[in-house]
Formats: sequence, structure tokens, C-alpha cells
Amino acid sequence: MRPFSYTKARVIEDARQITADESAMAIAGGTNLLDLMKLQVETPHKLADINRIGFDEIKKTADGGLSIGALATNTATAVHPRVRSDYPVLARAILSGATQQLRNKATNGGNLCQRTRCFYFTNIDQPCNKREPGSGCGAIDGIAKLHAVLGASDQCIATYPGDMAVALSALDAQVHIATAGGSERTVPVRDFHCLPGDTPWRDNVLEDGEIITAITLPAPVGGTQIYRKVRERSSYAFALVSIAAIVEMKDGLFSRADLAFGGLAHKPWHDLRIAEALIGQPPTAQTFDKAADILLEIARGYGENDFKIPLARRTLHAVLEHAAEEAA
Amino acid sequence: MTVHFKQDKPEQSNRLDGMKQGVLGKGVSRLEGLAKVTGTAPYAAEYPVEGCAEGVLVTSTITRGEVVGLDKDAVLAMPGVLAVIDDSRLTTRPAQGTANEAPKQGPKTISYWGQPIALVVAETFEQARDAAKHLTVKYREEEGAPVDPQAVETEEKDGTVRQGDLAHAMAEAAHSVDVTFTTRGHASAAMEPHAAIAEWDGDKLTVHASLQMLNYNISELADALGVEEDDVRLISRFVGGGFGSKLGISEEVVAAAIAAKDLARPVRVVMSRQQVFQCIMRRSETTQRLRLAADEDGKLTGFGHHAVVSNLPGEVFAEPVLQSSHFLYSGENRELMLEVARIHRMTAGSVRAPGEAVGMPALEGAMDVLAEKVGIDPVELRLKNIPEQDPEEGLPFSSNKLAECLKQGAEAFGWDSGPRKPRQHQDGEWWVGTGMASAARAHSISEARAKVTLKSDGTALVETDMTDIGTGTYTILAQIAGEMLGLEPNKVLVELGDTRHPRGSGSGGSWGAASTGSAVYVACKAIREDLAARVGVEETALELSQGKTSAGKSLIDLLGGEDIAREGHYEPGDIKDDYTAAGFGAFFAQVRVNRYTGETRVDRMLGAFGFGRVLNHKTARSQCLGGITWSIGVALTEALEFDPRDGHLVNCDLAEYHVPVNRDVPELDVLMVEERDAAASPIQAKGIGELGMCGGAAAIANAIYNASGARIFDYPMTPDHVLKAMPD
Ligand SMILES: Cc1cc2nc3c(=O)[nH]c(=O)nc-3n(C[C@H](O)[C@H](O)[C@H](O)COP(=O)(O)OP(=O)(O)OC[C@H]3O[C@@H](n4cnc5c(N)ncnc54)[C@H](O)[C@@H]3O)c2cc1C
Ligand code: SF4
Repeated sequence: MRPFSYTKARVIEDARQITADESAMAIAGGTNLLDLMKLQVETPHKLADINRIGFDEIKKTADGGLSIGALATNTATAVHPRVRSDYPVLARAILSGATQQLRNKATNGGNLCQRTRCFYFTNIDQPCNKREPGSGCGAIDGIAKLHAVLGASDQCIATYPGDMAVALSALDAQVHIATAGGSERTVPVRDFHCLPGDTPWRDNVLEDGEIITAITLPAPVGGTQIYRKVRERSSYAFALVSIAAIVEMKDGLFSRADLAFGGLAHKPWHDLRIAEALIGQPPTAQTFDKAADILLEIARGYGENDFKIPLARRTLHAVLEHAAEEAA
Repeated sequence: MTVHFKQDKPEQSNRLDGMKQGVLGKGVSRLEGLAKVTGTAPYAAEYPVEGCAEGVLVTSTITRGEVVGLDKDAVLAMPGVLAVIDDSRLTTRPAQGTANEAPKQGPKTISYWGQPIALVVAETFEQARDAAKHLTVKYREEEGAPVDPQAVETEEKDGTVRQGDLAHAMAEAAHSVDVTFTTRGHASAAMEPHAAIAEWDGDKLTVHASLQMLNYNISELADALGVEEDDVRLISRFVGGGFGSKLGISEEVVAAAIAAKDLARPVRVVMSRQQVFQCIMRRSETTQRLRLAADEDGKLTGFGHHAVVSNLPGEVFAEPVLQSSHFLYSGENRELMLEVARIHRMTAGSVRAPGEAVGMPALEGAMDVLAEKVGIDPVELRLKNIPEQDPEEGLPFSSNKLAECLKQGAEAFGWDSGPRKPRQHQDGEWWVGTGMASAARAHSISEARAKVTLKSDGTALVETDMTDIGTGTYTILAQIAGEMLGLEPNKVLVELGDTRHPRGSGSGGSWGAASTGSAVYVACKAIREDLAARVGVEETALELSQGKTSAGKSLIDLLGGEDIAREGHYEPGDIKDDYTAAGFGAFFAQVRVNRYTGETRVDRMLGAFGFGRVLNHKTARSQCLGGITWSIGVALTEALEFDPRDGHLVNCDLAEYHVPVNRDVPELDVLMVEERDAAASPIQAKGIGELGMCGGAAAIANAIYNASGARIFDYPMTPDHVLKAMPD
């Protein structure tokens, strides 16, 4: 860990000012950032502790949706009665992640910004274009079981590891950001994370000095909501593949099918064409296969993670079959 | 006064059964439990030592070569930095268990990625860690170090067995199986990281460390430093798990001692979690070919087990995969061979039940394939092939409860011995099935000493440098002494983990309880002789309980203000050569396999074990539960991943190295089969802890097949493996 200065921000202006500096970072629960600082993967010179700036409420929005504070904890969010009753896919996604102890500390903002678990990213004595642009990618031709099969580039094949954002993507949530200049902007969660392309160091669209203040959910969407996470042990492991699904049936046909996928790419994967292909169709194996074909159209494995392609297809079958049964 | 007992014959008298206190075998809660759960039991790094400087190891970022330069000056200029130490005595690998001499030294020569090459010492831990990361190292790299065990020639280990003609037996067999299993590397994954605090007083060195076998560690450390053993004191009162990784001294102990001498102040060195993973011990991956030849009824006529493991050049240790394969089953035509591939991954050594932990899952997987071919119940197949005596050495078994374990286990589990076909039961998305396997673990016992003092106040003190690695040693030694001397365990104070005490056996290979317990037994027996003389009866007639003789005379009166102290020195003699001794057992498992995702969950599991006398029902059961949990890890989750280019261990923390978590572990049942093994130890006890993981993974693997039809030959059976093998 390198020496750094630490300031408790009292109000959001403090935080914006401190983090406008390129070598400064905000710290919330610290469950991701502190680990990375100990490993010297992150080496901020300044830390702005944002735990006391507010933005930790969960409240109704004017249009009947729900605003979830960026500094509300994962636990507080998952157990909130409105989240549980109206957005169960979100509660389930959060509860499938990490452990109780971590979720008690982890915040929603920090969760969105958590960094990849790529083994080469977290080891500073190995090459990694995300950590050290231009040094190469250790995972390509290395150990890449956890890595992306969609949207990767020849610079980086890392995955975004989180669960919560996958549910948020299915819900089409919005991320509210206070900018360095003091204004606010809103980004759909589906556009919040980036693909690695030629800028693998960029995880998301946040600029220096920007602080996430809240995530808003649309008015309750109803439907059957499922979060399915496939992993190597039954808890405390990141997803190999995960699917958030909000499904409705009418007269034996899909009338709604909002799906998002985790574990496959550098961001929660969402493809509008999947819903289009499902709506109006009966829940048959052919329908599921068509959806999987669309999802996996451009899928490509890197050896070790080839299995994710059939696994994603099979998990999609399971989720759609299950959802159709429940929704019927 | 030392009493020496060398055991050449079985100890049939079963004296402990005739004692009157009635405390041995009872489920006494661990005496140190309260201190542990209240955080008052100090672990190695937690001793408050005034003026302690902090050291952090620097590790290599190449696989093979030389260190040709360290930019010490730049780092010494950093705040708080006191020293950069690259003394040629620094050790670069951990000592193997029972090495009794220094492991490889000389930090300039690098033979694996992540090897310690220097120690940076500073006023604070954070300063030392930062400086360690900043130390610029110049290397002369020797390219092309092999890191893939499949890509190198192998060398054959001594001990190959060729008996009869296996090839012929295979050709002639009514049923034969020829399959190859693989297992991946494992880490001990103890909770407490390796840590040491070293402090010198003139030429006298005291080290607080987290170690399993002080009786060997003291020689290893003295040898590494070039000092006399008498000048070294090692203290290790509580160990937060060792699982093999703390059998020998590791790099932080020697580094702390050297630094403390150089700086003339105490130095603490705590390894990071990543360092523990990357520079302590790995269990070797294995490739194992099993050949089984059987007659029409399933009686084995041929038995072949051939394993390839790996280690660094120069390491003597080779994962003893075949240990129990030598004697578990009959079959007159035999071929057993172990080979080692020399590669530049970190040191391979003892990790949780070395040998059988991976050998048994392969053997028992092959037996399941054979049972299916023969068309008999897998329990029946095992029962048919239990040999009368060791099929290679011709020695009698000291005691073998395999048949009882199989029968009682099957009964308790509700095993269906009817015809078995895969994919018969479905529960929603899940295929459900059952599987079983035998358990076997060679019994080890070693020399041990312990001093017992019966105090004039009617309490007792037990002293030995034996360690308690979380298994309950404090408690069972108090129970043994209490049983022999007629005292409640809370009247017996047990002092462990300090080389000022007589040399115990150390904890490892599940031999601690039987070995050191026997030393305590020997000492107590001598005290009883003294007491018997005072009462005027034969020792065998002396009945003691609740601090009194059967005639009601109190020990305090008998002692008349004097203490009686005896050092017990137990040594296994001819029993070691005259018998084949092992713990045996059987596992039964019900699992569910998801037909879409290949995820496997264990529904329930039962282990039935025969491991001699049970000293404490509760701690014994806990050992079994832990062992079965490890079995789940071997079967489903645990695998070290090594970079294919530089051989470094990539998944080096507890988030990414997957030991089973609570939710992976269902209700487990443990059945302890009554046994007294007179040739195993004078207290008729054998090892327990490791047996629970010696074969259990195969019960799960066989259940995966029975549930889903996926016959998998690669452990662990993660969803990717299951999906590949699962029929449509
Ligand atoms: C062992 C382990 C297992 C885990 N398993 C899972 C899992 O299975 N699924 C899963 O989804 N997650 C998992 N996690 C990740 C966990 O969910 C995240 O660490 C956590 O959500 C991060 O939140 P935090 O508040 O602690 O963030 P911090 O560590 O404080 O911050 C993380 C990053 O976010 C930035 N940041 C924080 N808040 C804001 C804000 N308001 N605006 C802008 N930037 C901000 C910080 O600058 C930093 O870069 C796991 C973590 C660990 C350690
Ligand atoms: S996959 Fe991305 S994060 Fe991983 S090593 Fe390559 S560049 Fe770095």
C-alpha cells in the first residue's frame, strides 16, 4: 500500500473536489478498493471517504419508481420491503453476491464500480492492459476460465464480475451522477459499463470528480422475476454465467422478456433483439434456442472459458422454462 | 525421571477401559474453546513485543535464474525503512515435514515464480509492505524453465511393486477396467497466515511462530541459522490451522530470526495471503492410471495403480498417492508405480492427508466402474475384495474394520443395494443419485515425550512441545491424564507448544493424538505405580476416581505435600514393522446434478470409520466432519490454477481458491465403529482427522454418475466438466 492522504467528505462538494484530481479516489465500503490498494493495483494519493455525505436513502420517485441511494448498503437495499416486493430480481441478485459480511459494508455505488477479478489484473507483477496500458494481456493464453465470451477485444478479455448490475440492466435502471462541475447527469445502467475495445483501462463512463448519487428503478414492472447464478460453489463465488429475467406470459405466449446476462462480458450483457425474438412466441425449446442464438451470435471462447458458451445457452433454457412455468 | 516404553507387541490389556474416572472417550468440549472464541488465545503474530520492527518478504517475478542486483539504497531512503536483508541463510522453500534440517537456502538462486528473495524491515508494517513492492530487483533469467508436468520426462520413485503379471491378468480377466483420472493441485488454506516474531537475548533466540512440529522445527531453524539448538526456543501455543503447511519451518521464520539479529531488536514477519498461497506448499496435481482385473464374480485378480506427480528439482517429497492402494484390496497380480515430473512450480509438499486424499478418489472411482461392469452392488464389490492380510507385504493387519464400516454405513445411510442404473431419479431440474466409496489412510505413529506432574494439591500438569492445531489436543491429553489419575479434565493443566517442554510428536499425518497421547499414558502409568506402592497394592489393582482411591483415600493425602513427576517416552518398536496399520471406513453420498448447468450439490453424506479408540467423541466427530468437508472440496471445488507460461499460482486467495463454504456442506452423519487397535498404539488409538477425506470425493463422483450419467475422470467436478460428460 502506498502512502495516501485521507479526507472524510462531509458533503458531496468535498468529494467532487477531492476526486477531481486524477490521483484521487472515492472510498465507500472499501470492500473492493482496500483490497486493491493493499495489492498496489490501485494507488490513489488521496482518498475521499464518502460514507457521510448522505445519498443513502431508498425512496419513492415521482413516477412511482424507486430511488436507491448510491451509499445505501447492499444489505439495506436487498432487504428493503419495496425492493423485495416490487423488484425481487434485484434483491435476489444482490443476495447471490459475496457474503453477508461484505454486503453489510458494500454500497450500491461501489458495487457498480467494482473491478474485474481477472487474476492478472490483481497481480502487479504480471502484464495487464487494464492496469498498465500497453503491458499486454496476461489472461489471453493464460488462465482465463472466468473471462469474457462476448464483446472482448484483443486488448482485454476481462468480465465485469458483479451481480447487482445485471438485475439493474434487466430493470433498465438509471444511474444518477453528480459531475465535477456541480451538475447532474443520468446514464442508463445498460450504458454505464464499457466494452474494453482499445481502452481496456476504462471500466465505465465515470469521469474524474464524478460521484454516483443514486440509481433509479422504473415504476414496478411486475412479471415473474428470476436471478439465476451459476457458480463453482453454492455461495461466495463469482458467476460463471448469470441471468436476470423479468418475464410475463399471455395466452401461453411470452408478452415480456427483459433479460440481462452476467459473467459473459466486460459489462452486464443486454441485447434488445432477445426480447423481440421471444415476445409472441410460445415457451418451446426452439424459441429458447432462437434467443440463445441471438445472445451467442458473436460469442468466442479463449480455450479455458469455451464452456461458457454452451453453459449460457443451457442456463437460458433453464431460466426461460422456469419463468414460463411460473408466469403461466 | 524418564520412563521409556518401546512398543514391540500389541498392547492387549486395554488398560484404559478398566480405569474408573470414566472421562476418556466422552464428548468433552475443548478446554481452550472459550479463549479462542473470546479472542484471548494469542496466535503467533499477536504477542505484544515491545519495539518490534516489521518485515515483509520480497518475492521473485521470474521463474528461474539469479538475482544479480537489489537497489537497496532507494528503498532504504524510504520512510521508516530499517534494512533490506538478503542474507545467504534465508530459506527459499518451506521445509518438508520431518525434514529436521534446513530447507533450501540462498535467496539469489531462483527456482520458482514467487520465491522469497529478500526481506524488507521497517518501523511499520505498511512502510515495509510499500518498500518491499518498490524494491527494484535485477535478474539474470534462465528462460524455458518447464512448468507443465505433462511436458517433461518423469523419474520413477523407489518402491515400485511388480507382483505376478498384471498385463496377463488384465487380458484374461472376465471384467477389467483401465481408466485414467486426474486431480488438480490443492492448498492447505489454513485460516491463520504464516507468521513469526523473533527476539534475541544475546545468543539466545526466542521465536513465536505458527508451526505444527516444534520437535523438528527447532532443528530446522537452528540448522538454517547455524546456531545450537539449545540456544533456540520456539513457541507455538495456538495454531490457526496447519493442514500440512506448517509441518516444516517456512521462509518467514528464518527471515525474522536473521533480521532480529542484524537489527538487534525484535522483528515480526507475517506473510500476506498471496504469499502463503504462492510460497508455502502445494499438493501436487496427479495423473493416475488404474487397472483392475476381476473374475466373473468381481473378485480382483489384478490391481494396477500408476501415478505421476510433480515437484521442484531437488525435492525429495512426492505426493504418496499409492499409500493405501498397496493394501486396501486383494488381487495377486499387482503393479504400483509412482513417478515424479520435475517442474518449476512452487514447492509440492504435505497438504491435508497427503497421498490418499487424491489416490483414494481415483481408486474408488475405478472400483465404481468395475462394480458396474460386473453388475454387482458396489458395497458388495468392496466386501469381496478385503484381503485377509496385506497383499504385498504379507503382514497381518493390526486391525481392519473396513467390512464393519461398509455394512454399518450402508445400513445407517439407507443404501439401496438393488441394481443400479444412472438417471433414475429426477427432482425438478435436478438428477438425484447416490454413490459410495471406501476410506483408507495408513496409520502413522511416532516417538513422543511428555512430562506429567501430579501435584501435591491433587491437580495434574502435562507438559510437552506437542502442538494443538485446532484439533483438540489440549483436551484429549487432559482426558487421558484424567482417566489414568482419577481426575476431571479441568483438574489437569496442559501446557503445549513450547520447546522448553519435552519433545512431543508434533501434529501432522493424524499421528499427534495417538503418539503424544501414548507418552502421557506412559508417564501416568509410572505415576500410578508410585501411588500404588504408597497404597500397598499392585498398579493394576489401583482404582482412582474423583481424586480418590476406591478405598476413599484422597490423592492429596497420599501425596503428603509432595509432587510426583514422570516423563513418559513412548517409542513405537517392532509393531511398526510387524503389522500393516491403517484407519478404514466407508462413505455414502446423495447428490443432485442440475441437468441444465451441471452444478452439483451434495444432499447428504455419511462417513463410517474405524480408527481405534475414540479419545473424545466430540472432537473425533468434529475431525470427521472436517474431513468429509474436505472430501467435498476435492470432489467439487478445489483446484490450484498455474499460469501455463511462468508457472505462477494465479488463484492465490480464499475468494478464488474455492474451499467448500457452509452452503456446500449439508447435514453430515458420522458413525464411529467400535475398535481397539492394540498394535497401533498403547492406547489402542489411530489417526482420525485425515481419514475423512481419503475416498469421500469418490462417493460424490460416483453419485454424480448415478444421478446424471456423467462419468467424469477429472477432479474437481466443476460444471464445465460435468456438462462435457453429461449425456444429452
Ligand atoms: C471476496 C469477495 C467476494 C465478492 N463476491 C461478489 C459477488 O459474488 N457478486 C458481486 O456482485 N460482488 C461481489 N463482491 C464485490 C462486492 O460486491 C464489492 O466489493 C462491493 O459492492 C463494493 O462496494 P464498496 O462500497 O465496498 O466499494 P469500494 O471498495 O469503497 O469502492 C469500489 C470502487 O467504487 C468507487 N466508488 C464507490 N462509491 C462510489 C460512488 N458513489 N461514486 C463513484 N465511485 C464510487 C470507488 O472509488 C472504487 O473505485 C465480492 C467482494 C469480495 C471482496
Ligand atoms: S483480461 Fe483485461 S484485466 Fe485481465 S489481464 Fe487482460 S487486460 Fe488485464
